[in-house]
Amino acid sequence: MDSRRSSRAVIDPKVRQVGFFTSAPLPPDRTQSDPPDPIRSPPLADASSPGNSLSPVMIPPPRHPSDSLLRLPHSPSDAFPPPSPTTTTTSLGDFSDDVTAASSPPPAAARVRGRGSSVKQQGAASSFPGGGFEVPPSVKAPSSVPASGLTTVSVVKLPPGISENAGGSVSVEVQSDRALNSKPLKEKTSKAERRAIQEAQRAAKAAAKAEGIKTPAVTALANAKSAKSTKPSPQRNDSAVVVAASEKKGGDRSVEKDRKKDVPHPRMQYDDKSRVQKLKKRSVVKPTEARNRVELFRHLPQYEHGTQLPVLQSKFFQLDTLHPAVYKVGLQYLSGDICGGNARCIAMLQAFQEAIRDYSTPPAKTLSRDLTAKISSYVSFLIDCRPLSVSMGNAIRFLKSQIAKIPISLSESEAKATLHSDIERFINEKIILADRVIVKHAVTKIRDGDVLLTYGSSSAVEMILQHAHELGKQFRVVIVDSRPKHEGKLLLRRLVRKGLSCTYTHINAISYIMHEVTRVFLGASSVLSNGTVYSRVGTACVAMVAYGFHIPVLVCCEAYKFHERVQLDSICSNELGDPDSISKVPGREDINHLDGWDKSENLQLLNLIYDATPSDYVSLIITDYGMIPPTSVPVIVREYGRGQLWIYEECDPLASPGRCSDAVFFVDGLIFYPSQHLVLSFWFPDRPPSGLNNDLLERSDNFVTVAENGNFTNFEL
Amino acid sequence: MPDTQVLVNDFLNKLKKRKIEGSQATARQTAELLRSVISQQRVPYTNQAGALIDAVKAVGEQLIAANPVELAVGNIVRRVLHIIREEDLSLTTAAIGGLNLSAVSDDENDDDRDGDSTLSAAAVAAAARSTLRPPSLQTLLEDTPVSAAVPQTSSSGGDSEGKSKSADKSSRSRKLKHDVIEAVNELIQDIVTCHEQIAEQAVEHIHQNEVILTLGSSRTVLEFLFAAKEKKRSFRVFVAEGAPRYQGHLLAKELVARGLQTTLITDSAVFAMISRVNMVIVGAHAVMANGGVIAPVGMNLVALAAQKHAVPFVVLAGSHKLCPLYPHNPEVLLNELRSPSELLDFGEFSDCMDFGSGSGSPLLHVVNPAFDYVPPKLVSLFITDTGGHNPSYMYRLIADYYSADDLVVQRRATAGN
Repeated sequence: MDSRRSSRAVIDPKVRQVGFFTSAPLPPDRTQSDPPDPIRSPPLADASSPGNSLSPVMIPPPRHPSDSLLRLPHSPSDAFPPPSPTTTTTSLGDFSDDVTAASSPPPAAARVRGRGSSVKQQGAASSFPGGGFEVPPSVKAPSSVPASGLTTVSVVKLPPGISENAGGSVSVEVQSDRALNSKPLKEKTSKAERRAIQEAQRAAKAAAKAEGIKTPAVTALANAKSAKSTKPSPQRNDSAVVVAASEKKGGDRSVEKDRKKDVPHPRMQYDDKSRVQKLKKRSVVKPTEARNRVELFRHLPQYEHGTQLPVLQSKFFQLDTLHPAVYKVGLQYLSGDICGGNARCIAMLQAFQEAIRDYSTPPAKTLSRDLTAKISSYVSFLIDCRPLSVSMGNAIRFLKSQIAKIPISLSESEAKATLHSDIERFINEKIILADRVIVKHAVTKIRDGDVLLTYGSSSAVEMILQHAHELGKQFRVVIVDSRPKHEGKLLLRRLVRKGLSCTYTHINAISYIMHEVTRVFLGASSVLSNGTVYSRVGTACVAMVAYGFHIPVLVCCEAYKFHERVQLDSICSNELGDPDSISKVPGREDINHLDGWDKSENLQLLNLIYDATPSDYVSLIITDYGMIPPTSVPVIVREYGRGQLWIYEECDPLASPGRCSDAVFFVDGLIFYPSQHLVLSFWFPDRPPSGLNNDLLERSDNFVTVAENGNFTNFEL
Repeated sequence: MPDTQVLVNDFLNKLKKRKIEGSQATARQTAELLRSVISQQRVPYTNQAGALIDAVKAVGEQLIAANPVELAVGNIVRRVLHIIREEDLSLTTAAIGGLNLSAVSDDENDDDRDGDSTLSAAAVAAAARSTLRPPSLQTLLEDTPVSAAVPQTSSSGGDSEGKSKSADKSSRSRKLKHDVIEAVNELIQDIVTCHEQIAEQAVEHIHQNEVILTLGSSRTVLEFLFAAKEKKRSFRVFVAEGAPRYQGHLLAKELVARGLQTTLITDSAVFAMISRVNMVIVGAHAVMANGGVIAPVGMNLVALAAQKHAVPFVVLAGSHKLCPLYPHNPEVLLNELRSPSELLDFGEFSDCMDFGSGSGSPLLHVVNPAFDYVPPKLVSLFITDTGGHNPSYMYRLIADYYSADDLVVQRRATAGN
């Protein structure tokens, strides 16, 4: 006993530190870089190296205020040399050359693209009725193949009609806007100081603009007016119905207020009678409500679909407030000719582009306010046709913020051109380029001999599979399909055409087929902040079974579809499809048990469109920022969600060598921007940029050494 | 027996062409066929049970081979074999018991393990006890050709009780066949009425305002739900349609016709909806001895989703679906692939496949399995006509219905012995 007691006395009581404690020294800061900015852990980027299994997320630190302030006044001149016509976007040719996955779209896509570009190239409003708009009945044509074409991302060409001045000024403005937006997050200064900084920035911005436009006479005016340009912002978000008014200003709000504003608005609940009445008064389409509604889904709009289309068509000539392009897109949504998050978003944005082009400000109104209202009315029309997807919501939010940012000093045509190219850039960079990056990432996860399972039809997954096939990888695809849309058949057709070996089955057989699968690739309509993947109904089933079989589930989703909402089940928020398509099985006439079901009170047919996959089932989300675990989604949303819209600078070195003078190229294809601490995009190592090879440096896991003007600099990644 | 052979061949054809839908119909028809086989079988004077077993095995072997996936056929064949053995046993027991009672009147307890009864009575008593333990049952059979040990014991038994047997042999010979046919009739009756017995238990499981999910169509499930409805329980039912057969439509129609609140959903929406479901009630194709379930395709999906959301997964199964075999690789071995035309139209993809390339293997495969295997850990409860049971108990429940000798229904196996 004694010995035991003494031994116990000798041992010091174990002190456990629980919770936060600061006694431990912080790990040594390894930054020796010369930008005086050790605030954040610098970005860690491994975007496309095939060796690493998991690319970490790239979180670039914001630029230091002093840095950005110092840089800004002269940045337009040195960082962005006189713009050439090709600066803003790559042309179509470049794109399809680089990413072969997107090549050779089906005939319908080609048709759409051809039509769109032809319209835009003429560039005048007069060309529109002939080329752009189709008579509604032809829209309705239910042939499966043309519809399938639209689900792939159609490639958009930049109209050459935009003057180079405008293009240049846009890019400059965007650049300085980013500096503006990222700055206040980190800065804790007094109000007066912030005011002063803002003024300085506005001055810089105006100066930059003046330089871009090369009309010095405007400078003074712009300078004077831009000081006021942010004033009308609080009143601007009056008419938005669903789209959260979220224009972010570099105004004098505190960070906390901004964050509070970021909280998404509660969505429209359709069991709220008074609000539904209000909405009905406003809406163009008067949908008849479905008779047998499922009790659980009363909060969602559930209408009978068959009646809407003819009503809309008959109203075509009465709806003069609507732009025909918007009208057409609405009809296409309604009839299901355009489906898939990317395709719908692109179609909507292009319709808005046309609408903006034909827009003229009514007298005694300001462009930004009137146009915002106009867009809002278009949006509510589109919602009537089909509820918005998250991707569309994000795009609309972006467009509105861009409209709000237009300074009053800009003339109408310039403003329209600016918006036009903004939309163009959004499509290019957030959707098309993002898909390219996703393909690049995802292909590294495909090995020879793999059996890849995919569900439904996702444009991103399709591009991945095609690209991997073109790279000569030997793999087999299992396409799992489900009722009632049978989107997998369309995908199957396209893949078989391409010569991929495919296995087709339905979702009930998933447990049977999962034995032979090695990877599951899924698309997503949206990824929510808690890691939930919101996607085509059935995705959760597939992911669950894959999880049960210990097979990795890779979700491919562009970052513009991320949303800060959270969701735990598939019932709170969903979309209801046409119930009639449940009762009828096309091609199976023997299944007619439910003919005349609507006579019965007791039977309801439920056609859910989406479901929510819990993040447990998701191994990896492949997005344009790299491959991230689902837990990192809120980080992406937070860091890139609002202000920073231009993450991927279109920096094809061959197209625009001048603009890349700032950038550093790595042998593995990354492009690094020292001034912004960003690994922004990548080039294709098989086409090295000319004249910049001196800067191509090896990099270790954590550091890059950059030779810049003879000085060697270390950057932590 | 030409007439039974015709019947057998007819039934074999139906099985091979998969003309018979549903395990209940199959089970009933199998039992009826075997009944006629038994009644046509001429019974020899000695070893009647052996002759009957032989005849049933001969037919059963063919039937099982005709559709190995339809486990109900094998189950019924084994049940009938078990019935023959039991009837034979009970006759023997009765005969010896009668003898025993007359000889040793003070010992009524003839299945007592004490050694105070006569030798023959003790042997019979041990054998009677062992009806619960099938492996030792064969000691009582007179001379089945299944194993070499049987004739020995039966002969020794015959030696020991030769007098008594010769006394009532004539009555037994008539009685055995008659009893067996009676028992098979009971079996058929059981199969036909198993719905009712299962449905009787519905009130214990379904309560007010429950939300119940089911997949595909099963008569048992229909009767079960309707029995609860009749007891004034109001609840709603989600029916997953069960592609590619879409039997859910049929079930939904039946339920609606009987006034139940029914919502038809696609199979892909099962995961989305199951978070609002209180209980999953499904039918089965067969229940294996380990408690695993062979069920219509898609059931594993439902079971996994139910497990994820901790929703009870209840399987209704009549006793004819209880299979004494243990599954091995059941997804493949106890499965069959149905026609791809249920998923894709023939020729729908002929335009985009290049058959001229001659690479050997076609680019497009269509997989359309008929069944799913649900492992026992996903099943919360089995409800059979004898009550509710855990998956872990199924092996014991199943042992009541079958004798261990019959697990492999093969006549030729004797040649190896």
